[in-house]
Amino acid sequence: MKTYLTVLSLITMAGMALAAPQTFDFKDPKGINNAGFKLDAPLESINGSASGVSGTVLFDPENPGATKGKITLATASLMVPNPMQRQHMLSDKWLDAAKFPEISFESKEFKNVQTTGDTTTAEVTGTFTLKGVSKELTAPVKLTYLKDKLGDRVPNQKGDLLVIRSNFTIKRSDFNIMPGQFEDKVSDSIELTLSIAGASPK
Amino acid sequence: MVGSIAFWVAAGANRGWTKTRVPTKVMDTVTGLEGIEWQDKFVPGVDFLAAALLGAGLLAGVSFLVRTKSK
Repeated sequence: MKTYLTVLSLITMAGMALAAPQTFDFKDPKGINNAGFKLDAPLESINGSASGVSGTVLFDPENPGATKGKITLATASLMVPNPMQRQHMLSDKWLDAAKFPEISFESKEFKNVQTTGDTTTAEVTGTFTLKGVSKELTAPVKLTYLKDKLGDRVPNQKGDLLVIRSNFTIKRSDFNIMPGQFEDKVSDSIELTLSIAGASPK
Repeated sequence: MVGSIAFWVAAGANRGWTKTRVPTKVMDTVTGLEGIEWQDKFVPGVDFLAAALLGAGLLAGVSFLVRTKSK
């Protein structure tokens, strides 16, 4: 009887361990993770990207709708082709990278979750913080769980990968970035594209 | 003047601002993600062209003022 109970508790514990959410770290040693941004104003179009992605996401392959996490972007990693434009963008008049070194999104809730195979699509609601201003927003998101694929990306490491893709639009005026000014050259709408992969080593 | 126009055209006739770095896409075959790598590259824009044409115009004007009289 005692042996039976021990075996039963071990099986239960193993089951719990398998079903437990995994923590995925989004600091990418390969430097692929990036967030793109596009501003299309009547007189000027600005395209750039940022590579300083970090953060963790708690993901359960058995329950993708319970995903939680926070992704952070280093403001100073924002890059555009023109050096003077970049200097202006990071200055205290625009993003004020010195005072607000991070841009972040923290998820609160997943809705309309649909899973097919290893891919989940949903609408994520969370808090987006830019230049010290936090706003709640909802964005479409696509999660792809790549089981045992970490070794293919980082040699000699075993584990899983989680790929997150999302496109959404924000308004710079909502985040107190020169509201109502220079809109002919720097559009109020900013299209954001997030393409990131996180690792969960075993 | 002709040289600066030729240089601007040869560098791709960029009608935006001058660029000192350009993005190139890098594909990660495992995740299917497209990363962006920034490479240092000078691409003259319309500001470069305008400055070059203004400089050439000023030099031409100065040359008329300071030209030596032939005997």
